[in-house]
Amino acid sequence: MTWRPRLAEGTAPALVFLLLLLIGLAIVGPAYSEPAGYLALLKRAAPLMILAIGQYFVIVSGGFDLSVGALVTAGVVIAARLIGGNESATAWVILLVLGFGLLVGLINGLVTTKLLVPSFIVTLGMLLVLDGATFLWTGGAPRGALSDGFRMFGRGNADVPVLGEVPWSVLILLSILVAAVLFMRGGTGRALVAVGDNEATVRMSGGQVDRLRLLAFTLSGLLAAVAAILLGGFAGVSAQVGNGLEFRAITAVVLGGVLLGGGRGSVVAAAAGALSLEALFTLLNLLGVSGALKSAVQGVIIIVAVAYASLGGGVRQRLRLWPKPRDSVQTAQPASS
Amino acid sequence: MNKRWSVVVVASALALAGCSSDLPADNTPGDSPSSSDAVKSEFFDQAEYNRQLAFRSATPEGPDGKPWEQMLEPELVDTAKFAKPGGNYTLCFSNAAVNNPWRQVGYKTMQEEVKLHPEISTFTVLDAEAKDDKQISDIQSLTARNCSAIIISPNTTATLTPAVEQACATGVPVIVFDRGVNTTCPVTFIHPIGGFAFGADGAEFLKEKVKPGGKVLALRILPGVDVLEQRWAAANEIFAGSELDVAGVEFTDGDAAKTKSIVSDYLQRVGQIDGVWMDAGATAVAAVEAFQDAGVDVPPFVGEDQQDFLRLWVDEGLTAVAPTYPTYQWRTPVIAALKILKGEQVPKEWVLPQPRITSDNVASYVKQDMPPLHYAMCGCEEMPGYPGPWK
Repeated sequence: MTWRPRLAEGTAPALVFLLLLLIGLAIVGPAYSEPAGYLALLKRAAPLMILAIGQYFVIVSGGFDLSVGALVTAGVVIAARLIGGNESATAWVILLVLGFGLLVGLINGLVTTKLLVPSFIVTLGMLLVLDGATFLWTGGAPRGALSDGFRMFGRGNADVPVLGEVPWSVLILLSILVAAVLFMRGGTGRALVAVGDNEATVRMSGGQVDRLRLLAFTLSGLLAAVAAILLGGFAGVSAQVGNGLEFRAITAVVLGGVLLGGGRGSVVAAAAGALSLEALFTLLNLLGVSGALKSAVQGVIIIVAVAYASLGGGVRQRLRLWPKPRDSVQTAQPASS
Repeated sequence: MNKRWSVVVVASALALAGCSSDLPADNTPGDSPSSSDAVKSEFFDQAEYNRQLAFRSATPEGPDGKPWEQMLEPELVDTAKFAKPGGNYTLCFSNAAVNNPWRQVGYKTMQEEVKLHPEISTFTVLDAEAKDDKQISDIQSLTARNCSAIIISPNTTATLTPAVEQACATGVPVIVFDRGVNTTCPVTFIHPIGGFAFGADGAEFLKEKVKPGGKVLALRILPGVDVLEQRWAAANEIFAGSELDVAGVEFTDGDAAKTKSIVSDYLQRVGQIDGVWMDAGATAVAAVEAFQDAGVDVPPFVGEDQQDFLRLWVDEGLTAVAPTYPTYQWRTPVIAALKILKGEQVPKEWVLPQPRITSDNVASYVKQDMPPLHYAMCGCEEMPGYPGPWK
């Protein structure tokens, strides 16, 4: 092989894990022998993948965003209430939801950078504020309804030349992913990773640490709003739509081999981690693993995958400290890392 | 600084990613029980099952067209010792929670019912926010507040029993409704027929509409809640005695996106689903959409009386049934409290009728101007403020 893709450190194990799951799907599910099945999987995974991309920006720069799940719920509930089934309100409500996400991200970022509160606490507080406010406003039961125009993005298909019918959410996901990759390869993206790696160095070499952090939180908020639009479209109004999503997004990012605390990991791998989570859920469903066993199997696979991915990164150092299992670890290590 | 948090987050993220997308143990091997080897649920109680099924065809006593004042086979008890003529009552209510649309609609209806009775001067409500410990202290605090009567909607059965007994011991009439407690000390316990009848309504419908050998998918919210377990136990019993093939029993967490994913996966795995049974209808619309999005015909469906499902049913001409756990039962405790304070007899166990919505009458329950999650069986259409507070 002469051509080698430019993969950031840690990307390869995440992609290998994803590939294994996809092969598993192809064997188990007859629908996965053709592209339509994978498109359906991508459509279903799109909101989580977009959330993972947003979460990646924050984590790689050394923070956490725990508020995204609550933000998704708030976005869906607000949209349903304001649209109330009225088709003509769709456009401005979508803009408003995006603006709301942007605003929440901005507040998270400002409090973190200007008031120097750890982002874990800021976004945890934001989670509680949003949960409480949503509950107060709706009284526990969302009102109103989403219009077909709003739901189209999460549910409908677009006619694309050559490819045919492609779900809107897949198109949105792909454009966000491409934009994120380009962004991370540019100067600002590299500086963002550097902030997570060593904040003091970036500061001393003249980097705008606060501004970069603020940007990460704002992007995360905005992408959470996009995820809200897709999720609301996919499944309709619900006050539980965002429950636990922040942890699934963080898990997805970790599954993608991104280092918590920042400084290492690629955005493609984070998105692949999210797709892996969703593929794993589907695979277990198709295999008919049910009830208690499904949680257990899911948990074990996630732990093993994360352990494997983290070994991919710092394997040499580990081998020096712990020489015995050298052979087994080495064989497990993919060639490209 | 942030790196210190990472241990905490990794631990919780891993724990939650495992749990948030799935649920704790189910004691019955619910994997793919075929009709022949279905295991009886530990929640199944033959005598209670027979009683509830018989209630469905019994004729209730009470005023026509006001099911919230009707009662099935009542055993009336004397309440003369609680009589407190003169009005100016302080009615107290310890509510388990208002955390879902069903309780939301019910609570609104109850508030409007209170407004209908000028003899109630104060209506004190404490919301336990679905926490047992909070409800225990709520009930204790109500017993010290000079209530004329205490209405309790318990959060859980066993844990709240001692608190209800304490409230009874103060001599104030206690009324329990919705979920029960393990004591007979309340003056009356108000509830619709129950979970077995609910589950059976849906299962019998599928038995009738799905051809023998047809594959049925059962969607449940979560295991371990007695009301929901009873619904499934009854359905399981009926499926076992039918020629239907239960292709799967899945827990949805009441999450629409998860429901849709599960149904889509089943359509791929099993190929064809000939009927869907649900223990609660909150995610019925998402489940129907999974069939629509897959481009296949929607099979016979069991939903509930929420407006979004009823509208879809009428618009798409579905073959469906909606068993109900009527929200009009929230009116009855207020009516019962006033009866007791006037010294009138009330049934020891006030069993309310539990109607189901069928294709014959679904059109009359569709209310286009009501919110999608509104429960049609609220018995509130004739109330003075309707529809304002319910919107």
